[in-house]
Amino acid sequence: MIAVANGSAADRARAPRVVIVTGVSRFLGATIAARIAADPRVHKVVGVDRADPPAELAPLLRDVAVRRVDLTDGASSLVKLGAEALVHLAVMSSPDPEGGGRAAMKDQNVIGTLQLLAACQQMPSLRRLVVRSSTAAYGVSFRDPAVFTEDTEPRDVPRGGYGRDILDIESYVRGFRRRRPGVTTTVLRFAPFIGPQADTALLKFLARPAVPTVLGRDPRLQFIHVDDALEILRRSVLEDHQGTFNVAGPGTLTLSQAVRRSGRIALPVLEPAMHAAASFGRGVAGLSLDQVDLFVHGRVVDTARLVREYGFTPRSTADAFDDFVHAQKPGAVITPALVAAAEQRMLDMIRSVREKQGRAGR
Amino acid sequence: MTVPEVDDEFDERVAAGLAFLRRRLSGQYQIDEFGFDPELTEQVFQPVLRQLYRRWFRTEVIDVKNLPAEGGALVVGNHSGTVALDALMLSVACHDEHPAHRYLRLLGADFVFRMPFVSELARKSGATLACNPDVERLLNAEELVGVFPEGFKGVGKRFADRYKLQRFGRGGFVSAALRTGKPIVPVAIVGAEEIYPLLGNIKPLARLIGTPYFPVTPTFPWLGPLGLVPLPSKWLIRFGEPIHTTPYADGADDPAVVFNLADQVRETIQTMLHETLELRPDPFAA
Repeated sequence: MIAVANGSAADRARAPRVVIVTGVSRFLGATIAARIAADPRVHKVVGVDRADPPAELAPLLRDVAVRRVDLTDGASSLVKLGAEALVHLAVMSSPDPEGGGRAAMKDQNVIGTLQLLAACQQMPSLRRLVVRSSTAAYGVSFRDPAVFTEDTEPRDVPRGGYGRDILDIESYVRGFRRRRPGVTTTVLRFAPFIGPQADTALLKFLARPAVPTVLGRDPRLQFIHVDDALEILRRSVLEDHQGTFNVAGPGTLTLSQAVRRSGRIALPVLEPAMHAAASFGRGVAGLSLDQVDLFVHGRVVDTARLVREYGFTPRSTADAFDDFVHAQKPGAVITPALVAAAEQRMLDMIRSVREKQGRAGR
Repeated sequence: MTVPEVDDEFDERVAAGLAFLRRRLSGQYQIDEFGFDPELTEQVFQPVLRQLYRRWFRTEVIDVKNLPAEGGALVVGNHSGTVALDALMLSVACHDEHPAHRYLRLLGADFVFRMPFVSELARKSGATLACNPDVERLLNAEELVGVFPEGFKGVGKRFADRYKLQRFGRGGFVSAALRTGKPIVPVAIVGAEEIYPLLGNIKPLARLIGTPYFPVTPTFPWLGPLGLVPLPSKWLIRFGEPIHTTPYADGADDPAVVFNLADQVRETIQTMLHETLELRPDPFAA
């Protein structure tokens, strides 16, 4: 017999015995599945994805029972597993050109989440649901406050597809919360991920030697280090954290500052031109409307609620970005060493001129 | 013969300048969550504004001691002058004339943040959107926040209406001060009304270019870019006594309390304006 949810407080705080993780054929899903499986209190972790995990993730998934399920076709096969916690990470932040592009991305994000939540409603054993969301949930508007708290309502719908998907996903989760108030539902609004690897569309973009920016705009950016994101996810599964949380590195960098810190060159482009490049086909140079939104408006969130609830402070946006810069050094055009050397050369030049003058004067 | 001390001083300035450039070029500077860049403000924006403040407008400050040396406060002023130079001059006054060299965090209309370049200059100089979440956040962070509740009604009024305070919106600024328990410091700015005397407003043109108004002054648009040079009026900035909001703390959500307090602030500034005007009989005095 499956343990019934809505037990005592101690029961609620208990680590789940069976956990389902969606999106395990990608780095984040595979890594968190492996970390949860490594916890002795967890008996079984089932990893779900519509595609088989690539070979390089296979070692991580040794202790994970991987199942191939396309969530858009329905997730009823997951109902009977007796899962006590479910982590939904099968949310794509950018289209995969080989995997069906934007249409497939929207299907997976919106329909996939809808089907998964329908299945969750039929799982009597489920006590905990963790959903990957994004700070894109705040939309974009010139009337937005400078810093978003979790209670800020979006004013305008974003132009970018990912931003719109996130709004849909969160509205489905709100519906689920109403229907299953006994399930602890944790919504994690992640800032863009960053780490040594340039493995997201935004990071690939920032790793280019010349980074196109919007002329006359210098957005404030925030990142969350992948390792910190994983720690928050791990705690969300093993501990009890009801609510919606911004997950971001404290502090902010402007885009121009980030470009300079990584030794790249900013290439300012008129906004309509960037908009056109992002809308054309699959987007020129890996650009998407989500990035145009971000590069015009920027996005900074308040992380006080996260720090209070989890007792964990992610490393700052600047430190997280440094980690990326170190790993991406080969692509740098203007390195800090080069700037420092130029400064030294000019100081030496002035000194030598001065010495010559001194000698001539004497 | 060269004088060594002069050389040393020159060299130090060059070295400091180069170090500044190195920090800027390699992104090694700090900004706060609102995008405020203290180094850029201190090294670039303030020196430019200071010339205007001292040489052009010959600004004098009265009772700067009324500005708290530490802790958050809401500085409320009268708005005028077609272009919001009064806000910028007030921020120079708070920084240069007060012993604590405080930064004034200005609040701007969304119009400011819609415009490319202008929006970024505003953020880097410490301004943010005039909305309650931002005001409360700044006040809770113990910052000095500058607000002009008249908004466009104040800057865009005709020369004939000079030094007549316009309506004060819904008093959102008061509820922010009440909720955070921070004092309100009323400020009267005399001089900004004469810099671009607004004779008329070409509304269709304003609608075409998307601005709140299209000004016609004695020099603009007739003299072209030359018409953008502000007239060199004499400026006086007077800080009034802080109005403490803690006694009304319970009334933050009571529209009547908020409205009455906003009205009290408005009356205070209007009275201060009349008194300060009498100290300056000639608008273009030395």
